[in-house]
Amino acid sequence: MSARVGVVLFPGSNCEQDVIEVVRALGGHAEILWHGDRSVGGADAVVVPGGFAHGDYLRPGAIARFSPVMEAVAAFAAGGGPVVGICNGFQVLTEAGLLPGALQKNRGLRFLCTPVDLRVETARSALTSGLAEGTVLRMPINHFAGCYTCDEETLAELRAEDRVVLRYVDNPNGSIDDIAGVCSAGRNVVGMMPHPERASHELLGSTDGLVLIRALLESAAVSSSRG
Amino acid sequence: MRADPPSDEPIHRALGLTDDEAAAIERLLGRAPNHLELAMYAVMWSEHCSYKSSRVHLGRLPTEGDAVLVGPGENAGVVDVGDGIAAAFRIESHNHPSAIEPYQGAATGVGGILRDVFTMGARPIALMDPLRFGPLDDPRSRWILEGVVAGISGYGNSVGVPTVGGETVCDATYTGNPLVNVFCLGVLPTDRLVLGRASGVGNLAVLLGSTTGRDGIGGASVLASAGFGDEEAEADKRPSVQVGDPFEEKRLIEACLTLLDAGLVAGIQDLGAAGITGATSETASRGGAGMDVDVSAVPLREPGMEPFEIMTSESQERMLAIVEPGDLDEVLAICERWEVRATVIGRVTGTGRLRVLDGFDGEVLADIPASTLHEDAPRYERPMAPPPAPSEAEAKAADPGAVPAPGDCGPDLLGLLLDTSWVWRQYDHQLFLNTVEGPGGDAAVLRLKHPTTGADTGRALAITTDGNHAWCAVDPRAGTALTVAEAVLNLACVGARPLASVNCLNFGNPEHPEVMWQLSEAVDGMAEACRALGVPVVGGNVSLYNESRGTNIDPTPIVGVLGLIDRLDRRPPGVRLVAGATLLLLGETEAVLGGSLWGRQRHGRAGGRLPALDLRYHAAVCDLVRGLALDGLLAGVHDVSTGGLAVALAEMALHAQVGFRVGGVAGHAELFSESPSRVVACATGAAVAEIERRAGDAGVAVTVLGDAGGDRLVVDGLLDVGLAEATAAWRERLPGALAAGVEH
Repeated sequence: MSARVGVVLFPGSNCEQDVIEVVRALGGHAEILWHGDRSVGGADAVVVPGGFAHGDYLRPGAIARFSPVMEAVAAFAAGGGPVVGICNGFQVLTEAGLLPGALQKNRGLRFLCTPVDLRVETARSALTSGLAEGTVLRMPINHFAGCYTCDEETLAELRAEDRVVLRYVDNPNGSIDDIAGVCSAGRNVVGMMPHPERASHELLGSTDGLVLIRALLESAAVSSSRG
Repeated sequence: MRADPPSDEPIHRALGLTDDEAAAIERLLGRAPNHLELAMYAVMWSEHCSYKSSRVHLGRLPTEGDAVLVGPGENAGVVDVGDGIAAAFRIESHNHPSAIEPYQGAATGVGGILRDVFTMGARPIALMDPLRFGPLDDPRSRWILEGVVAGISGYGNSVGVPTVGGETVCDATYTGNPLVNVFCLGVLPTDRLVLGRASGVGNLAVLLGSTTGRDGIGGASVLASAGFGDEEAEADKRPSVQVGDPFEEKRLIEACLTLLDAGLVAGIQDLGAAGITGATSETASRGGAGMDVDVSAVPLREPGMEPFEIMTSESQERMLAIVEPGDLDEVLAICERWEVRATVIGRVTGTGRLRVLDGFDGEVLADIPASTLHEDAPRYERPMAPPPAPSEAEAKAADPGAVPAPGDCGPDLLGLLLDTSWVWRQYDHQLFLNTVEGPGGDAAVLRLKHPTTGADTGRALAITTDGNHAWCAVDPRAGTALTVAEAVLNLACVGARPLASVNCLNFGNPEHPEVMWQLSEAVDGMAEACRALGVPVVGGNVSLYNESRGTNIDPTPIVGVLGLIDRLDRRPPGVRLVAGATLLLLGETEAVLGGSLWGRQRHGRAGGRLPALDLRYHAAVCDLVRGLALDGLLAGVHDVSTGGLAVALAEMALHAQVGFRVGGVAGHAELFSESPSRVVACATGAAVAEIERRAGDAGVAVTVLGDAGGDRLVVDGLLDVGLAEATAAWRERLPGALAAGVEH
């Protein structure tokens, strides 16, 4: 598997090296996409990683969405390319309009770094293709603003179109309908608050995140062969 | 620094200098100093920067060791951890700012310790925070606790360095004067070690990072070097607290590490206490050089700042890089890429003098020998005296050993349990994919990867911070030795051998003879234990004037010890029980309750006699436990410390949600004694006999306590508590207390 994954780096991102480490451990190629770049290079898939892009000072993702690279990411997504936003990356993708809804402050108004159980709700997304629906995966969340919210119309649409990708088994942050991750109508753009890259080694306590990253690399390979 | 000193008060006193110190400055200069020069001496000669009361004692600490690359006196200690990797680490206090403005005080404490570590060329990979607050039933202490935790969370998470452990302790001794100590560990390629030196006449001093504002002026001299009096005065001190910007710091870290990778800096220094004055004079003085500083070039946050404000401001997120003129363009380009402001503010000279100029060719505003700010700082041999011995009646009233045996130890156990996960779940403790053991264990365990190639060494670093004021209040010397011993045993429980240590000495007012006696005793206790256990001291920080309304805190030396796990092929055993396993006690119990949590917290008795520490026996226990952990013979393990055997067993049960039944514990004194050199080991099958055999060979006592399993915590004849009830008490203590609200 030699899919090429571009990992977006904004000032204030901090999970980019972790994603790169896991992609490489699974045999993929990974490179940084600088926020000022106007293309995604030759990437077969794009990951917008976690962190605090631009300090999250205005609102998570609110400034990052204006970065030149985000235009390129939007164009890549419009062409069907797999794009995954993790944590702050999910926030950026919703601010950029590539995914519906928004992430609000957690119920309880505190930062939460803790392992959670996630249920795979659909196998039809760039991040979960090939997985058995109903599979429960354990990996950490690490966020202050992870409470997913959207209007009722959008929620009905997400449900009807099978676009809720992951749900919390035990909702930690107040997200509507226990949603931990959603995908775009085209199913190629996925956002999730938990961190699959942190559940990537026995020594770290879980390897459940690897199935998601592996599925992304397979989606990237498909995208590459199409591309 | 007061804006308007009373007209009859000499300016040097308003700046925190004594009359003798002012006279010494005049002698050094051969003339009367001007206001700017006086302000520069005042910050550099403050207790916080000069260690003038403690320095005469610190020289007694052992600092040599095979792995030590950089010892005390630099920005951080550095040790060789093999495979071309070095580890840099340091601990500091931010107690006084956190008492005044908990969020920013703690946040900027984190920011400052990070800069100390990446100044050495290291990428910071872990933070730890030993915290002390007043009691949970005090609404102001709750306000401080919530603010401090939020500040560490807000800054540490955003700046992108995981907080992998620490301690949270609440006790009346810290009412009004909390302790916020911050520890940081970084890793660097050994060949990239950088020291904060200015060398090469004509080289440029480039100020990196944030603009300079009026925040934090006089932080070192006004805040950190005096205690707290009345509330009005505390409110007046609030403008001396700096404000943190983790996003600026994150970009600063990346820019500085990029500059170091590219070999573009000849020296680098963080701006901490004493701001530009400290950074320019330290680099010049260490490099045996001088420096001209153009104060008009410093980018300011607000107009109308006076030179003395610019030179002493403690505005955060700033660094000073010493750059060869030919490299300047490249340096500026890298900084621009990371959106970090970079401005040439100084030139290295060969004069040995620190000159402050209004434009490089402009008026000379200050002209002083750079080294006098450090080397000529006063050193005080302050009077020392042990506190008066208590009368026989007082001693008896304070001795927990005199408390009648409780009929049921269950309520005492429940009252001592405290789950701190409410605190550390607010910290990112996993970034960088290193955290094998995070907060809540005996020591944090981090995979050791090469800082530039990312190659996994198959080994791990282990870190722990420990302190126990209750022990040190009874006997600062023995209590400090016990603290060091506990830290080393914590490392052994995860399979690590100690490499080196740092410490933060939190004490009261050094002008009180009994405080200086406590400090001196603590240094001796630390020196003895560090020598015996092979743990050189590579750095430290002294925080004095920890007093509130005339009462000094109990002496609270905190040690941070770095250890190495020579092979990490499995997760360490961890603080847990496995149902069906056998429970063993390694080590011997001395049934005394002096200095115990049980005596102090449950019965208000803070005196008595401390249990004895035999350092040779302790080393044998540590070696034994380390080997058992490394060889996979333990299903769970926990050192016996605060709260004694009862709390050790309960914590193992609570983490695993598995009960236990043990017997053969003679009485409550044996159950709650904090006598050292003991661990509870949980083992199954053939491992039990192997542990007994190895303990016998090592000359360490081993006792079978009982078995793990069931849903009750049972010590025959002493306590019998349901696991669910204990879990609720443990989990709810902190969030339950905080739910009562805060006041400030």
